[in-house]
Amino acid sequence: MADDIAARVDRLELPFDARGVDNYGVSKWHLTQAFRIVSLLYRNYFQVRANGIENVPARGRVMLVGNHSGGVALDGLMVIASCFFDMDPPRLAHAMADRFINRFPFASVWASRCGQFTGLPEHAQRLLEDDRLLLVFPEGARGTAKLWKERWSLVDFGTGFVRLALRTKAPIVPFGFIGGGDAIPTVANLYKIGRLAGVPYVPVTPWLLPLPRPVRLEIQYGAPLRFEGTGSEEDEVVERYVAQVKSSIAALIEQGRESRRSRLSS
Amino acid sequence: MRVAIPGISGLLARKVAQRLLAAGHEVIGLDPRGWPGAPQGIELHAADIRKRAAEEVFRRRKPQAVVHMATVTALVAGTEERYRINLGGTRAVFEHCANYGVEQMVFVGRHTYYGAGADAPLYHTENEPPQELGAYPELADLVAADLYAANALWRLPKLSTSVLRVCYTLGPSGHGTLAGFLRARFVPMVLGFDPLFQFLHEDDAAEAISLALEKKLRGIYNVAGPQPLPLSVIAREAGRTTLPLPEPLLAMLTGRAGLPRLSRGALAHIKYPIVVDASPFKAATGFAARFDELTTVQTFADAFPRTSPVASLA
Repeated sequence: MADDIAARVDRLELPFDARGVDNYGVSKWHLTQAFRIVSLLYRNYFQVRANGIENVPARGRVMLVGNHSGGVALDGLMVIASCFFDMDPPRLAHAMADRFINRFPFASVWASRCGQFTGLPEHAQRLLEDDRLLLVFPEGARGTAKLWKERWSLVDFGTGFVRLALRTKAPIVPFGFIGGGDAIPTVANLYKIGRLAGVPYVPVTPWLLPLPRPVRLEIQYGAPLRFEGTGSEEDEVVERYVAQVKSSIAALIEQGRESRRSRLSS
Repeated sequence: MRVAIPGISGLLARKVAQRLLAAGHEVIGLDPRGWPGAPQGIELHAADIRKRAAEEVFRRRKPQAVVHMATVTALVAGTEERYRINLGGTRAVFEHCANYGVEQMVFVGRHTYYGAGADAPLYHTENEPPQELGAYPELADLVAADLYAANALWRLPKLSTSVLRVCYTLGPSGHGTLAGFLRARFVPMVLGFDPLFQFLHEDDAAEAISLALEKKLRGIYNVAGPQPLPLSVIAREAGRTTLPLPEPLLAMLTGRAGLPRLSRGALAHIKYPIVVDASPFKAATGFAARFDELTTVQTFADAFPRTSPVASLA
């Protein structure tokens, strides 16, 4: 099992040097350690099922775009895991991390060495131009802050991601993430305490801490969407594309809920 | 071509001078520090660039090109002295260039211009402004010198100016900021941080600077070679022992207990990376580094093998 993970890391098509470090500082050693732990979460604790993973191209620039589900970045971690464990060859998805992560000791190193950089437009564009796999949650931090009763809703999408996809001519692979709201049912978010701790907010669950329950999670990937343009179109044009992405994600969430229901009842 | 090199006594400048001499250029060096044992054929003037004697060299010898390498870092000089050298000196060089018909100027600056910070992107491009100056006032004079040199591009249209933002250099000489940091008995690190460091072999750096001159480069360019490496990997490859300390403790201890001297602001530079995108420079000059990142560290490690604790106690 452990060797299986090291072998998968070896098969990542990234330009690692002789010490296993790529040009962004992504390190094979750190990836192997991290995926050992993530594997337990992905395969055993949540038993994540990724449907339609074949929609994610094996090579070249791709933007994965989906909904936030659950009060912490569990969804991002599981999407990264699905691209690593369920794709052949495996791919490393680069999520756009919240700014606070880089300020914390250890979190800063581990995020960077595993290819999870601060969510800056410069990073997103460079990674795509470098033909990497970019993971974007257009709902942003407002998306992870969704409460349990709002768990099936989508908050407003930004438009920057579509402009970036147009500018870099990257296909958008939409996905729906299902179950994060059940794993971490947030009843309230503490913003003031969060600010004191240097994080956007602290989610509170019925058992207080945002520790996830072992519920089954589902990821539903959809067919790639390609938009023609330069990225400097008028807002109305871009908003139309954004609405298209949003509605396909909404449809994928429905599809995933259906699939998860049949899996839970069987 | 007749090339004047202010700051020729610096290690990198000597390498550039030798390279230009070998390529058949006439080299005139200006530096009050002198250069004992300089190769024959290099004309040396022990003149401070801000003084009359330096201007006299420009007036009499009429160089066609200048490679300005007379800037210093916070590790070398105190604040006032640094402002005089970096800003006053740079201004004087550009004025002499304008007054005495110099056609080409290569300003050798540093990639630390961009600053290090939690929110800074990896791979800075030339069109980014300098950041985090507030956190690192010791860099302000070099940033100002860089901006001053860059505005010569429109202020002095007859002078073809290139501003190079060169990453750290490393090699057998053991000179430079990164080498100085690695030469201490322990390499201090901020616990929980391990930034990427981007460096170029000192011979490759000299080659890049010479190329900027040969290709009559005009504009602002980042200069770098192989991919960056995490500080911990560099230290390990160099056979050094890292000493990760919590940030407040490290801030208290720098300069003592066998640790290198670090200013408060420099701590950001061992927490967060400064990495530049040098592809425009490579495209414009055809520059390709001869040494990869691991070989570069090795050349330094061979020249400065780690002194065992026992030997250094004796």
